[in-house]
Amino acid sequence: MFRLTWRNLLARKVRLLMSTLAIVLGIGFLAGVMTFSTGLNATFDNIVEGSTPDAQVRPAGDVQGANAGVGTTSLVTPADVDKLAALPEVAQATGSVDGLGSFLLGKDDKLVGGQGAPTLAFNYAPSENIQGEQVLELVEGGWPEKPGEVTLDASSAERGGYAVGDTVTLIVPSGQPRRTFTLVGTAEFNGGGTAGATLVLLDTKEAQEIFLDGADAFTSVSLTAADGVSRTELADAAKAVVPEGFTAVTGDKVIKEQQDQIGQFLDVISIFLTTFAVIAIVVGAFIIFNTFSILVSQRVRESALLRALGASKRQVTRSVLIEAFLMALVGSTLGLLLGLGLSRGLAGLFRTFGLDIAGEVLTLTPFTIASGYVTGIVVTMVAAFVPARRAAKVPPVAAMRDDLTVQEKGMRRRLVLGTIAMVVGVALVAAGLVGAPGTDAIWIGAGAVIWVVTTAVLAPVVGRPVLLLSRSVFGRIFGTAGRLAGENALRSPRRTGATASALMIGLAVVSAVGVLASSLSATQDKIVDDQFTSDFLVQLPTFQGFPTQYGDQMEEVDGVDLVSRQQGVPVSIEVAGTPDQTFANGVDAAFTEIYTLKMVSGTDQISGDQALLSEGRSDDLKATTGDTIEVQFPGGKTIPLEVAGVFEDTPVTSGLTVPLAVLDEAGVKRSDSSISINVADGADRGAVKQDLEDVVKDLPILSVQDKQEFKELISGQVNQLLYVIYGLLALAVVIAVIGIVNTLSLSVLERTREIGLLRAVGLSRRKLRTMITLESVAIAVLGAVLGMALGLVIGVVLRQSLKDDLTELALPISSLALFLVVAVIFGVLAAVIPAVRASRMKVLQAIATE
Amino acid sequence: MTEQPREGAVAEVAASARDLVKTYGKGEAEVRALDGVSVDLMKGEFTAVMGPSGSGKSTLMHCLAALDTPTSGEAIVDGTSLGRLKDKDLTTLRRERVGFVFQSFNLVPTLSAEENILLPLSLAGRKPDRDWFDQVVDSVGLRDRLGHRPSEMSGGQQQRVACARALVSKPSIVFADEPTGNLDSTSSAEVLGFLRRSVDEFGQTVVMVTHDPVAASYTDRILFLADGLIVDELREPDRDAILEKMSKLQDVAAARKQAG
Ligand SMILES: Nc1ncnc2c1ncn2[C@@H]1O[C@H](COP(=O)(O)OP(=O)(O)OP(=O)(O)O)[C@@H](O)[C@H]1O
Ligand SMILES: [Mg+2]
Repeated sequence: MFRLTWRNLLARKVRLLMSTLAIVLGIGFLAGVMTFSTGLNATFDNIVEGSTPDAQVRPAGDVQGANAGVGTTSLVTPADVDKLAALPEVAQATGSVDGLGSFLLGKDDKLVGGQGAPTLAFNYAPSENIQGEQVLELVEGGWPEKPGEVTLDASSAERGGYAVGDTVTLIVPSGQPRRTFTLVGTAEFNGGGTAGATLVLLDTKEAQEIFLDGADAFTSVSLTAADGVSRTELADAAKAVVPEGFTAVTGDKVIKEQQDQIGQFLDVISIFLTTFAVIAIVVGAFIIFNTFSILVSQRVRESALLRALGASKRQVTRSVLIEAFLMALVGSTLGLLLGLGLSRGLAGLFRTFGLDIAGEVLTLTPFTIASGYVTGIVVTMVAAFVPARRAAKVPPVAAMRDDLTVQEKGMRRRLVLGTIAMVVGVALVAAGLVGAPGTDAIWIGAGAVIWVVTTAVLAPVVGRPVLLLSRSVFGRIFGTAGRLAGENALRSPRRTGATASALMIGLAVVSAVGVLASSLSATQDKIVDDQFTSDFLVQLPTFQGFPTQYGDQMEEVDGVDLVSRQQGVPVSIEVAGTPDQTFANGVDAAFTEIYTLKMVSGTDQISGDQALLSEGRSDDLKATTGDTIEVQFPGGKTIPLEVAGVFEDTPVTSGLTVPLAVLDEAGVKRSDSSISINVADGADRGAVKQDLEDVVKDLPILSVQDKQEFKELISGQVNQLLYVIYGLLALAVVIAVIGIVNTLSLSVLERTREIGLLRAVGLSRRKLRTMITLESVAIAVLGAVLGMALGLVIGVVLRQSLKDDLTELALPISSLALFLVVAVIFGVLAAVIPAVRASRMKVLQAIATE
Repeated sequence: MTEQPREGAVAEVAASARDLVKTYGKGEAEVRALDGVSVDLMKGEFTAVMGPSGSGKSTLMHCLAALDTPTSGEAIVDGTSLGRLKDKDLTTLRRERVGFVFQSFNLVPTLSAEENILLPLSLAGRKPDRDWFDQVVDSVGLRDRLGHRPSEMSGGQQQRVACARALVSKPSIVFADEPTGNLDSTSSAEVLGFLRRSVDEFGQTVVMVTHDPVAASYTDRILFLADGLIVDELREPDRDAILEKMSKLQDVAAARKQAG
């Protein structure tokens, strides 16, 4: 039996290669995503571990403002550093000046690194990391030794177009913002790479001048333990001598904090990518199922002959399953290799977003290899199981008969079961919509999955109208060739249905996401229209803080009526006993003149130690007007704040809004993260905008946006994400198209004689190609129509369940029309190979084929 | 239809072969399926081609029917030499001037009997001549089967549909390769009777390959092929004469085999 299986595999090389391609791509995607995620984690781990000292002296408290780009005003003096260095537990104490709000401009005057990873500016001083190696290593040149010199990380220097010796432009937060430096060297973290962050290393004096207004002081101190001293002992010893407002923590704690923080972000990326890998594999499973169904039905006579010669049912089943197994083995192996390449490609893609991942961490781990094989084999075997069983059901007598089709069971049972499943799906979705216990999205998601699967199962039935329509349309436009194409798509409804279903799944997700994205855009447009009542907004693309001097100058611009300045800071509030990290928005008095907060209770006027809460925050904290909440700010200071009022949730400010004075009191270094400006009545808006832009002309990344530009910025971000999602779904669609190629190739082979006959009675080569192309288009359109209809419904239902956040419903009609066109194009492309093959057939040989 | 009758020719030529040679394979393994066949097939005549298996009957037919290209020599259909035609023109020629009936698998399974019959016309985008269609359909006796698909018809009915299809475009010549090879004697008689009538009543030209002396006795002229050559010919044949010629041919073939 095994030898027969082997022969079968060899005899059907091409056909199997095509369906193996589905496995290869699916597993390739999975392995690629896994390898990439592992590499991403390794990159961050290496950097975190390679850049953390044995112990660190830093501002006290739970909130580390520096991670969010917020500085504090408390400092460590050189005397404090000397005191630390004098401790017997300390081998070395190095003072650091961590600067915020600086940006590197490339030779083209554009921000290096775009909107991705942050710019880290600090003084260069040699210090050791937890493994006893230097934190930073030189790549080229040297370290900054006097003012006017800078060392950059190698990849930023390259991205900015700089070579050692060039003049580099930096935007700095004090004094003259735009300054030039001489690039004296390039460096990198000992752990390898910088994960896209831009490193700006300055001479200590200059760093102090720029970031600390010239104070001879430091923002933190890195400690190296003396021989035989543990990190805990080191931190404990240091704690005793640190100045007020500071604490000492072990490197292990710093690493854990950073890993937790980054880990969440990395998990999101990894889950996000894995979702698409799963979709691709599900689509691949459809293709495999379909291919085996066709192969089995084409081999009926052979199966029957085997049965007639005494093979048991089980032997026939097994021979098909072994074939599937071997195919899965080959496909998974190739898939793993492809995955390795794909992960490098993904790394390249992320590099353009500013996230640098070193090639050497992108390797296939044993876990990835095992996952790839297990997934590939299980999916293939499961997909091949039903066709294998069907092969075994062929009665021996079929070997003698001429009507060589596997008995297809009536559609009725399918229809009944499918309808029941559909109703169950509707019930689940309805449960989600009316707010059944648990997360609504899970109910709806479960219902949606049932719908997709059921539609796939019912595709032969529900797709019929689409196919009938395409037959008559094709017939009308393309005459007999079109009519025949329509007939061919209709003649084996299961085959057509299963092939179309693969595409249907991809397009259902695409359309559902499209509905959500366009609803999100519409909602945001409406919010901007209704709530962003200021004429201009001044923000960085990263929404980070920028120096206050710009705001000061803008207040002086002619025609400006109101200027409201806001600063977002990370804070910690206790929610039900555990500290919860959140953001507070510090606002000035003009804020409520520009923006109208709809108050639920209390007043929107705050001053002194007061705060406003959004309804959502108020519920979380179980605090309302009149209550007092304890808020811990960066630097460790906790300030009790009286809740002056509660407002309806709005995106114009954070759930916790405080007067800017409170930030000052907490010792947070002032910067602006957003400035809202209203123009005086009668002033020329265009002229005012021009004047405002002049204020920020030396900081080209700080933009003055009117409403329209702000809308475009937001919808641009939504669209960017949408395109990434479409890009990831494209693979599923490509696999589905391969499925069409496969089905068509098999159908063409199966119909060799018929094609020969058609050619003999006068079907020209061109018309034959048209016929096959149209069949392909019919399948693609069927998949697209089913998928888009289903995706629309799912998207609308999901939007409904999210209507608190997505208040507007918008249907991406033009995108859907585009998808349909793309589906037709894919249909045409999928037919190229089968059509060319069919038209190359020799008429006579085709007729003579058995 | 008597424009420009050829000098000396009593009847008009529908198709002819001139020194037709067809070889398969190369060197040692070379097979000469046709070894220089020259023959004229006359308009309005029912011709049979007979001969031992492997003698080149099908090959001759395929070359004349624009389904295959000869190695050398010339095949002429309706005054057109096929040698210089491109695939596109060959396709058109097959569609418009030649009809076919194969031994089996003559019909497109997705189309009804009527659609199959009209296939060459609809492929050409031509409107069927309704009277002619009715005449053909009635003459094959398939009026009540027109809506059926091939899978719903018997082998004999399918062959009659194929014959109707071959005639409906009014081709210059109809080729039939063992059209009754798979049929019982009753169905065979129906098909052959129809082909005969199409010659007698509609003036059609038909060439048919057959092994069956009974089938051959329906024809006006029999060409005997052996080893890729036309070795004999019979006019107005009767069964006994056919059998006699056949057995002679077989003897020669057997003798040659022994000698070689
Ligand atoms: N495609 C081919 N390749 C190689 N040889 C071929 C091919 N087709 C036919 N032949 C050879 O050419 C010769 C003539 O074949 P052909 O089919 O014309 O015979 P035939 O008279 O129709 O026989 P039958 O009565 O069995 O149908 C045979 O020897 C055959 O083996
Ligand atoms: Mg033959």
